[in-house]
Amino acid sequence: MRLSPDAMIFWQHGFVKLNGTIVFTWAVMFVLSAGAMLVTRRLSTGMKRSRWQNLLEIIVTGIEQQIGEVGLCHPRTYIGFLGSLFLFIAISALGTVIPGFEPPTGSLSTTAALALCVLVAVPFYGIEERGVVGYLKSYIEPTLIMLPFNIISELSRTLALAVRLFGNMMSGSMILAILLTITPFIFPIAMSVLGLLTGMVQAYIFSILAAVYIASATRARRPKPKPATPAEA
Amino acid sequence: MDSITLVAVASIATAGLTIALGSIGPALGEGRAVATALTSLAQQPDAAATITRTLFVGLAMIESIAIYCFVVSMILIFANPFWNHVITQAATK
Repeated sequence: MRLSPDAMIFWQHGFVKLNGTIVFTWAVMFVLSAGAMLVTRRLSTGMKRSRWQNLLEIIVTGIEQQIGEVGLCHPRTYIGFLGSLFLFIAISALGTVIPGFEPPTGSLSTTAALALCVLVAVPFYGIEERGVVGYLKSYIEPTLIMLPFNIISELSRTLALAVRLFGNMMSGSMILAILLTITPFIFPIAMSVLGLLTGMVQAYIFSILAAVYIASATRARRPKPKPATPAEA
Repeated sequence: MDSITLVAVASIATAGLTIALGSIGPALGEGRAVATALTSLAQQPDAAATITRTLFVGLAMIESIAIYCFVVSMILIFANPFWNHVITQAATK
């Protein structure tokens, strides 16, 4: 019973192993980069545009709108990081329709790496927005006694991000593997569709939580902004 | 009862209990969350996007608790360090 794509070894030389996680991660990266480069070779600003450019514009403006609704001003500065997180996790989840593809996010190494990226990005954007002193002052925000709790909450948030994504993706592929040994055809397909749905929801959750953490780190102390009117949304 | 039997019985029983008890709380919590979200959707349908997004984020946070219990259960069954230890001890004897 395979617990993660780490156990699929494609090639080994001494202690250097090329396992399934590395191969599928590079496959997803290749698909994303090659697809983006192919679509953006001939961009048009008129009314006539290719359908792939249309699709990319829908995705990019959709992510930008979601980042803006979370409360980050200038979503364009963050869309590189948050958009890449969402697209990587989403494409790894969607790729399960291809036979033989195991999502690389089903391995704790990949999800821990993504959570560590968020752990580094939060102080990075916080210091970029508020300066070192301003960002460090947020740790003693209500009172000085809260300092250890704030630090612990940072670390536990990162751990929760990693384990949540790993648990969801791993359980999806494991339930599929178990069911395939029991029932023939229809039930595993239904569970595979459910796995697709949870994969997309988890991709959205991961990037929205990262956006919320960055927003709480970059939010300067100012009076509560007015609630968003329907015209802004 | 020797140590191999003890470790096996404890791991199997704990794995089953973990996932059984650990799913009760999140299931009840998610039910309440969805019920409240439906009530507020009926009261304010034009805030549907915000309510739905907040509902999904909240459901994912509640679901993580069940996921933690599931991960512990899987570790006890498939990647159990105590079981590996007693097995290597019995193999070298």
